[in-house]
Amino acid sequence: MEKKQFERPYIKKLQAGMPSKFGMKSRVEPLTHIEDNGVGDLIKEFGSPLFVISENTIRDTYKKALHAFSIRYPKVQFAWSYKTNYLDAVCRVFHQEGSWAEVVSGFEYDKALGNGVKGSQIIFNGPDKTDEDLKKAVENDSLIHIDHFDEMYSILALSEKSGKKPKVAIRVNMDTGVYPMWDRFGFNYENGDAWDAINRMMINEKLELVGLHSHIGTYMMSTNSYKVAAGKLADLAHGIEKKYGVHIKYIDIGGGFASKNTLKGAYYPGTDTTPSFGEYAEAISSGILNSELDPRNLPTLILETGRALIDDAGWLLGTVIANKRLSSGNRATIVDVGVNLMFTSFWYEHEIFPAAPVSEHLEETTLYGPLCMNIDVLREAIAFPLLKKGDHFVIRRVGAYNMTQWMQFITLRPNVVLLDTEGKPHVIRKKETMQNITEQEVLPGHLT
Amino acid sequence: MQIKKNIAVSETGFVFDPTSGESYSINSEGQEIMVLLKDGKTAEEISETMCAEYEIDKAGFEKYFYDFIGMLRQFQLIETED
Amino acid sequence: MSKRKITVALTGLNNTDNPGPGVPVIRGIRESGEFDARILGLAYESLEPAIYMDRVVDKTYLVPYPSDGTDVLINRLLEIHKKDPIDVLIPNFDAELYAFMRSEKILEKAGISTFLPTLEQFEERHKSNLPDFGKKYGVKVPFSKALTRADEIEDLKKDFEYPLMVKGKFYDAYLAYNTEQVRMHYNKITAKWGLPVIVQEFIKGTEVNVVALGDGKGNTIGAVPMRKQYITEQGKAWAGITLDDKKLLDLTDKVISGMKWRGGMELEIVKSFDNELNIIEINPRIPAWVYLAVGAGQNLPEALLKLALGEEVKPYTGYEVGKMFIRYSNDLITDVKEFEKLSTQGEL
Repeated sequence: MEKKQFERPYIKKLQAGMPSKFGMKSRVEPLTHIEDNGVGDLIKEFGSPLFVISENTIRDTYKKALHAFSIRYPKVQFAWSYKTNYLDAVCRVFHQEGSWAEVVSGFEYDKALGNGVKGSQIIFNGPDKTDEDLKKAVENDSLIHIDHFDEMYSILALSEKSGKKPKVAIRVNMDTGVYPMWDRFGFNYENGDAWDAINRMMINEKLELVGLHSHIGTYMMSTNSYKVAAGKLADLAHGIEKKYGVHIKYIDIGGGFASKNTLKGAYYPGTDTTPSFGEYAEAISSGILNSELDPRNLPTLILETGRALIDDAGWLLGTVIANKRLSSGNRATIVDVGVNLMFTSFWYEHEIFPAAPVSEHLEETTLYGPLCMNIDVLREAIAFPLLKKGDHFVIRRVGAYNMTQWMQFITLRPNVVLLDTEGKPHVIRKKETMQNITEQEVLPGHLT
Repeated sequence: MQIKKNIAVSETGFVFDPTSGESYSINSEGQEIMVLLKDGKTAEEISETMCAEYEIDKAGFEKYFYDFIGMLRQFQLIETED
Repeated sequence: MSKRKITVALTGLNNTDNPGPGVPVIRGIRESGEFDARILGLAYESLEPAIYMDRVVDKTYLVPYPSDGTDVLINRLLEIHKKDPIDVLIPNFDAELYAFMRSEKILEKAGISTFLPTLEQFEERHKSNLPDFGKKYGVKVPFSKALTRADEIEDLKKDFEYPLMVKGKFYDAYLAYNTEQVRMHYNKITAKWGLPVIVQEFIKGTEVNVVALGDGKGNTIGAVPMRKQYITEQGKAWAGITLDDKKLLDLTDKVISGMKWRGGMELEIVKSFDNELNIIEINPRIPAWVYLAVGAGQNLPEALLKLALGEEVKPYTGYEVGKMFIRYSNDLITDVKEFEKLSTQGEL
């Protein structure tokens, strides 16, 4: 007779109460495979924890987003937001699909060049561009998005030396009904600073103002704010049309689209509330199309969408280290994935699935990471199946920010694999070794 | 170890403790263990029965068994030895 | 005339001291001269009283909370529908409406009729959108602001005079006299209902309520105004009386015809001391005191059923003024066996 699968014995007090947000939990379905690769097999081959990225998902998501915008607006260009995930393999998939690069530091700029992106297709954002960075960007005809007047003067000084006419855009901040308002970046719309900056650039023959840029916030659930932002940028562009007879080349609406992760404190899950690409596209394109802009000379619409394009394409596979009961009698499960790898667990309630079929029994559990630090909590409270030591699990939607904001803290960072379009895994970032870390260290002579 | 006599363990995985008025839900592993305990089986006997039926070895089972007993004790479902 | 057989599924069976509208809606349907209804109760918790009440529900199914996600809830509903076909679904909680509105087409395709407001209507009347709502429809509303961060509380004194109301996205409302109290309520509310938390100007006056039903084309099918005569510690009506007030009915008509409201609604109105009517809340469903309307001559649950079935419904033109309701609590006796069955099998 074949033996039955063993689940650890479990008993739970039935606590009846009136509706609250933790009610009858439905059964958790296992996530056994990632595109035909068994979770256990992947871990066996590449170790645990393990980041897995799907090339198919990236390409499909990108095509969906591009389609949503292209059917509503005639000229659309995506620029891959490097800070969201700058693993070269990931960037190259986006570039193959036609994405430009959007970078915010000299380091990211060089990475984009290294990935074969043409200088003229790199958007250089951010408040911290060194003179050296700017010089390179001017020489390469990159699109420099000016954050403050100091930067404008640096660029002017550089252009005098190089004899090139830098292509610039200005970053505009504005009230779109979203709080907090991001007014630390760029020039303000409402108080006239933005229009003032535009005029100073338009009359300066050493600069070519090619675009207007805004980035209203992050994880924006309200599409209407984008409509307001697009409308205000379009109004500025129309002002330029009227005053100078110049058609601005592009409007860059930035990023900030939400992914389907659930923010902490949200009542509904993100899968229910996150706007679709279609809804964002509808808001943004109508904001521009309904403006006074000359419809025969519409600017290109640039999107720096990061999170919404990559979050779904990443999974983090891990293993249960131990189960224990806390003094309160509550269950705690310790896993080999901590906040060192999952920066986003500070603001999301990540969905976590068992990697093998489980019974319908769920236990209210706290999921702790492996770090010897009290802050290392993946989920404060999750109705989780009864996993045993050594069982695997999968965290979903981790493609954005985790592979750039992760920390080499207490332990080393694991392998990252990319499943190609055939589903074949390739290591795209090797797990760190002791040497990787120590070779950067220098011991003073008296300590050797 | 003895489960309190008046405790009803149903096949559907429902446990009712008439002394405290509390109700509990258990999984089938938990239910089987409770029934075996009620029948007065020893830890050794329970381990044998369970390991014969499930994909688990004795060392593995023991760990979960004592954890489960810990829960039963916490919920005061086990007779205290006087 | 023999009554038509129909199966109605509904939620809101928590007939406690802060009752959901399930039981009164069921009573209205049970008293209908036209329908012979089989009632399927959809319960979120195994202790919702109506599950165990006599002649209230014919059968109960446990369903997952809407916060688990629309798909999970709808799948469970379709699973129930497969073995126990549902003709009409009447949701009675604000928090679940969103899921059902989004899934109206799926439900309709499966053969489950609903009569719900549109997503736009639902959003428009949201507490946090009330100032815009007031402007658009030309009705008086209190000044309000939606908070998404605790550090915005300090700044409230710039725009508000204390005391002010602190409200949850779906439920809960507290009066706060100072920043500290706002902070306390903010924390309590976010833990339960998430963000945003709505802060509203407190208008002194008498609170009156209207239960109404719109046909989605701008017509008011029925409307009955009521003043609470006795309020529980939770702020719920314990007793109330129907009012004769043309101004209240006109305001209701204005809202329903302006929005082309579809489905049941409750208007919470404060009549200030200078007799101005301020709408402080628009609830997108039938309230728990709807049985007063039935008792006063307007069987709104029955009318809602007919609208859901796509039938023409003649508007009610009158109701009895001076009808009262007095709520009472009652202890019903059941056995732990019943509780066990529901807890382990998810149905009873």
